[in-house]
Amino acid sequence: MYKIRFLKDRLAGKIMLLLTVFSAFIIFLMAFGLYQKARPILAIKPFTELLFSSSWHPLRGEFGFFPFIMGTLWITGVAVAAAIPLCILTAIYLSEYAHTKIREWTKPVIDLLAGIPSVVYGMWGVLVIVPVIKNHIAPSLGVFSTGYCVPPGGIVLAIMIFPVIIHVSSEVLRSVPHEIREASWALGATKWQTVKHVVLRKASPGVIAAVVLGISRAFGETMAVLMVAGNVARVPKSILDPAYPLPALIANNYGEMLSVPLYDSALLLASLVLLIVVLFFNIISRGILIKIEQRIQ
Amino acid sequence: MNRKKIEESVFKGLMALSTFTILPSLILILISIVKKGLPAMNLAMITQVPKGGYYLGREGGILNAILGSLCLAGGATLLAVLTSLPVVLYMNVYARKGSRLVNFTRFSLDVLWGVPSIVYGAFGFTLMLFFGLRASLLGGIIAVSLLILPIMSRAMDEVVRMVPEELLEASYALGATRFETAFKIITKQALPGILTAVLIAFGRGIGDAASVIFTAGFTDSIPYSLFKPVATLPLAIFFQLGTPIPEVRERAYASALILTIIILTISLASRILIKRFTRHIIK
Amino acid sequence: MEFKTHISVRNLSVFYGKEPALRNISVNIPDKKITAIIGPSGCGKTTLLKSFNRLIDSIDGVKVSGEVLVDGENIFDPKAEVTHIRKKMGLLSQKPYPLPMSVYDNIAYGPRIHGIKDKKTLNSTVEYHLRESGLWEELKDKLHTPASKLSLGQQQRLCLARGLAVEPEIILGDEPTSALDPRSSQRIERKFLELRDKYTIVIVTHILRQAKRLADYVIFLYLGKLIEHGSAKDIFENPKEEMTKEYIKGVIS
Repeated sequence: MYKIRFLKDRLAGKIMLLLTVFSAFIIFLMAFGLYQKARPILAIKPFTELLFSSSWHPLRGEFGFFPFIMGTLWITGVAVAAAIPLCILTAIYLSEYAHTKIREWTKPVIDLLAGIPSVVYGMWGVLVIVPVIKNHIAPSLGVFSTGYCVPPGGIVLAIMIFPVIIHVSSEVLRSVPHEIREASWALGATKWQTVKHVVLRKASPGVIAAVVLGISRAFGETMAVLMVAGNVARVPKSILDPAYPLPALIANNYGEMLSVPLYDSALLLASLVLLIVVLFFNIISRGILIKIEQRIQ
Repeated sequence: MNRKKIEESVFKGLMALSTFTILPSLILILISIVKKGLPAMNLAMITQVPKGGYYLGREGGILNAILGSLCLAGGATLLAVLTSLPVVLYMNVYARKGSRLVNFTRFSLDVLWGVPSIVYGAFGFTLMLFFGLRASLLGGIIAVSLLILPIMSRAMDEVVRMVPEELLEASYALGATRFETAFKIITKQALPGILTAVLIAFGRGIGDAASVIFTAGFTDSIPYSLFKPVATLPLAIFFQLGTPIPEVRERAYASALILTIIILTISLASRILIKRFTRHIIK
Repeated sequence: MEFKTHISVRNLSVFYGKEPALRNISVNIPDKKITAIIGPSGCGKTTLLKSFNRLIDSIDGVKVSGEVLVDGENIFDPKAEVTHIRKKMGLLSQKPYPLPMSVYDNIAYGPRIHGIKDKKTLNSTVEYHLRESGLWEELKDKLHTPASKLSLGQQQRLCLARGLAVEPEIILGDEPTSALDPRSSQRIERKFLELRDKYTIVIVTHILRQAKRLADYVIFLYLGKLIEHGSAKDIFENPKEEMTKEYIKGVIS
């Protein structure tokens, strides 16, 4: 009787070990799989040409990714520029100034914001923001616009990365020991002086990690941006120009992928690049956060 | 002296302003969804499939997407649970303390956590090509289960880690094997937390479009085979929003409303579960 | 014992939510002497200390009634300027908490936030207070190293120097040596004895021997109530209350 239990234990252990190893290596599997598919185009075109050429004509075999890289940078840039000050100010307010009641109520709100699917954000952008730009903002600047351009993409994206940045920043701020604040207050410093000189100094690596995580999220966000950014394969020259970020490119062309030679390879290369960039940011961010945790202990 | 005061008030004002901008933005978004979605809702919408094609047909509803999403997300969640739970239990019960494999796996899953869903879709697509699969329910299930695996594992891991060491020791002291301790004791102790993790992952999976756009396809019919394309609510919104035909747009709005309702319900349920969980923790 | 009063506590009660931490305390703290607040753990000693510089304000749900007069002015008056009050007091906590900056910046922090910008003044302030705490010789070449790299004893002396740099009138010590090794503890205690002539010192301690060594005046708290207070001689040699007698004998702990 005992033997059966023991065997069960061993067998289960082996299966679970297998699954664990599998989970640990998913990331490599993914990179490998995408790379295999991307090889054909890498064999033909030099990587630098793919990165920096602005000419995107798949039917002619031209696959310059530059407009999409720029598109991603523009939209992510706008989103991050809008999100960073708002998020950091909010995180500071919530952890240093706000009453417990306010803190209790904003946490669920932020979680809900985080749960809304990308497409729904996109729909909201199409219904609300795009018309505002088309009918009000662009004409007041003397320009014609369909409304599908960088700003709606940036705004929607900014709202989508609020939860990540705020959540991680708040955690980091909360981990600053209370006694350091007390030491500063005891010397006669005001709350804001304490925040500015002491708390933020201690928390700055963590806040940076939060922002890096937010940027990484912004890079990869696909659907919402796809629905509002315009999707024109040209480098955006001004803020009211349409943009075509990399994830949107991949998502939009899943249909034609297999019919044009090398198209699928190019798009999967784009996926691979996206994966690597995001991984890079994530690893940096996690590294910082782990270091902070260790220092606390 | 006065400069200090002015600086302090200015920043306090900015901070309060920021915080109270975030709250309304959620409400704004929810209001738009309800405003557009509610008028589009009627019995036909949720009980019928689109008649005459989802893109052009003026009649019918979104039953294809509702059932399709539930099946796809359900299947993906099941697959993810079958992987996550054993892995998390292995890491917390079987493995030695500070095992390199465990640290590496945790780090690996952590890093995967932020990978964009489109990449999962693209990878799922390469897998499908490799296995000769076409856009189908199965393809979608595989892609989404990969997507939600890190999310579910991390949530489960955090919950299982909170189970006190002493409880495990008590179990071993009674002569239980690791397997029994893991599956009989920990799962019971951490059940609300585990369920919460499953719910969160389900919510993430059902709302995602980028991972299914390659892998699941789209169709008018309700799911009837693992190997045929399936409709999903997110894609129902995406494909039907940009049409000139108003009835088709209505379907998009209704899909958005239903999807949001599902997700809000899950959020509420997991919040309640977490409350129940923490009530029993003695520390 | 005849003395001039520096801090006057009148009917002070402090509640954390519904929990009473201090009940109706009235006592006078003598000027330019060392006063020790003694009593078993959790009896409100730290609460009393922290009410002197209004650090208890930061606790959620705290309710304070009564008055604390410093130099005749009630610090709990709603019109009172908190940062001004706190500048008058220096706090030394149980565990040293150096600010996340260099040694120099730690000491210069106080003067800087109160408006002193002149480099020369700051330099001389830093040097003066490091000398006063006996750290100048050890640290004069390391002024710009991060304060977190100092030993625990050095950190505590640094915190003392930091507190003195804002030129307080009163020094508050919350079990200031309990985290230190015996040698560092000795140095801090000696420092307090030296500082007694210039500052009013109030320390919370649960080490009776320390109170005996340092205190001129003693306050005994139990469960938030003031049981007895008086000169050190009176309390340790002729305690009047039963509870005081028992505590001194080491029965309650």
